[in-house]
Amino acid sequence: MDLFDLIGPVMVGPSSSHTAGAARIGLTARMLLGEDVVQAEIAFHGSFAKTYQGHGTDRALVGGLMGMQVDDLRLRESLTLAREAGIVISFQQVNIRGAHPNTVQMTITGRSGRQLMMEAASVGGGNIEIRRIDGMNVAFTGKENTLVIQNTDAPGAIAAVTGALAEMDINIASMQVYRRQAGADAMMVLELDGQLSDEDVKIIQNIRQVRGCTFLKRRNG
Amino acid sequence: MDYTLREWVALSRNTSLASAAIKKQCQESDQPVSAVRDTMRRHLHCMMEAVRDGLNENLRSVSGLTGGQASKLHGRLLSGKALCGGLLGKATAYALATAEWNACMGKIVAAPTAGACGILPGALLAMMEERGVTEDQAVDALFVAAAVGESIACQASISGAEGGCQAECGTAAAMAAAALTYLEGGDAQQCVDAAAFAIMNLLGLVCDPVGGLVEVPCVYRNVGSSGIAFTAADMVLSGIRCPIQPDEVILAMKEVGDALPASLRETGEGGCAGCPCMKDACRICR
Repeated sequence: MDLFDLIGPVMVGPSSSHTAGAARIGLTARMLLGEDVVQAEIAFHGSFAKTYQGHGTDRALVGGLMGMQVDDLRLRESLTLAREAGIVISFQQVNIRGAHPNTVQMTITGRSGRQLMMEAASVGGGNIEIRRIDGMNVAFTGKENTLVIQNTDAPGAIAAVTGALAEMDINIASMQVYRRQAGADAMMVLELDGQLSDEDVKIIQNIRQVRGCTFLKRRNG
Repeated sequence: MDYTLREWVALSRNTSLASAAIKKQCQESDQPVSAVRDTMRRHLHCMMEAVRDGLNENLRSVSGLTGGQASKLHGRLLSGKALCGGLLGKATAYALATAEWNACMGKIVAAPTAGACGILPGALLAMMEERGVTEDQAVDALFVAAAVGESIACQASISGAEGGCQAECGTAAAMAAAALTYLEGGDAQQCVDAAAFAIMNLLGLVCDPVGGLVEVPCVYRNVGSSGIAFTAADMVLSGIRCPIQPDEVILAMKEVGDALPASLRETGEGGCAGCPCMKDACRICR
């Protein structure tokens, strides 16, 4: 374990799972969308639904969507800040069968109209798991260097991406591939030993079968 | 690589437990000693700020359940009437201040969790003010605490939802007991013995937050657990050896945690959470 998981993270209270984890989920969604959020429809499940006001889960999640880190004191006023910035936010409660008690589903819309649907769970100690993106079941934590790619399911897509990473001398620690159906939308989630520069991300973005590409940098603590 | 308490003691044979912990962190994060110490020092400073802000008498949480109580405890200490006296009096008041600051969405350091975030900083900051412990020594002591926390996290749990409050306040008290023992010149074996005594005294503690919120009884348990950390350290420093192997105490905590019913593992149903008078106390509970 990282010893700073035992003394840390430095975070805005009151709960590592219901506050810090929620902020990290929001932040991850914002990064995957790749642009400023103008609208967010948020649905809480389980313990999140029952206690989100008292734990500031709503504020932490919205703060994360606005790019705030877990130790950013502006998390406390994020709902007001979002309103002032013209971001339209709605909260509701859902019951998702079999989901982790701290689960949130959301649909966020960016400035360009781009939309992202995401389901994620806060699994304890501020750690999170992304469970679903745009209707596809996925599983990653964002704790390691993670490359998330949205692509068209076509021959050579995986080879093109892994080939590009080989050119960059980046080792792949793990890789998962998902698709909605043959020839349709697909996703790749790769955990990497090294970091990608903005130029590296652009190279991958330019691969013919790749529609979207986000690099999530390794988190400390 | 995660270590048991026995392994930490072996790793500290020719060095201190703090140095062994720092070495591990440097190796695994690929950073120099100066960098990991600086990170821990920033955490220590955050702990100091949390105590200062948490002592504000006007503090109130969103639910209205907590806030402003640490100021009362601190006031009694300042009046000279506190039964606990200077060192423990400060440690407990600071533990409550930190826990309340957390409940009020203040910035804190999870140690090991947000719910139990007051115990370790309370003990260390009191030692700095009352016993002349330096910042460098406090940073070392935080690494000792982290090493103990790791052994518990990898052999049992540090999550109230999994293991009850013994996993949160119990672990924090164990970490603080080891840190206090280290600061008083105890060796690695004494540090882990103190940790085991602390867990032994909090074994079976349930997680029963009113309304599911990290407030009642959580903030008050930070106070009591702080006392247990000090008494555990004093027992060991007086020469008492823990009669049970420390790692076995951790495994006992895991077994007890697994045996707890769901209603006593952070569901907000049993224990204090189920007390009828608390139904109306919270402004926003559903």
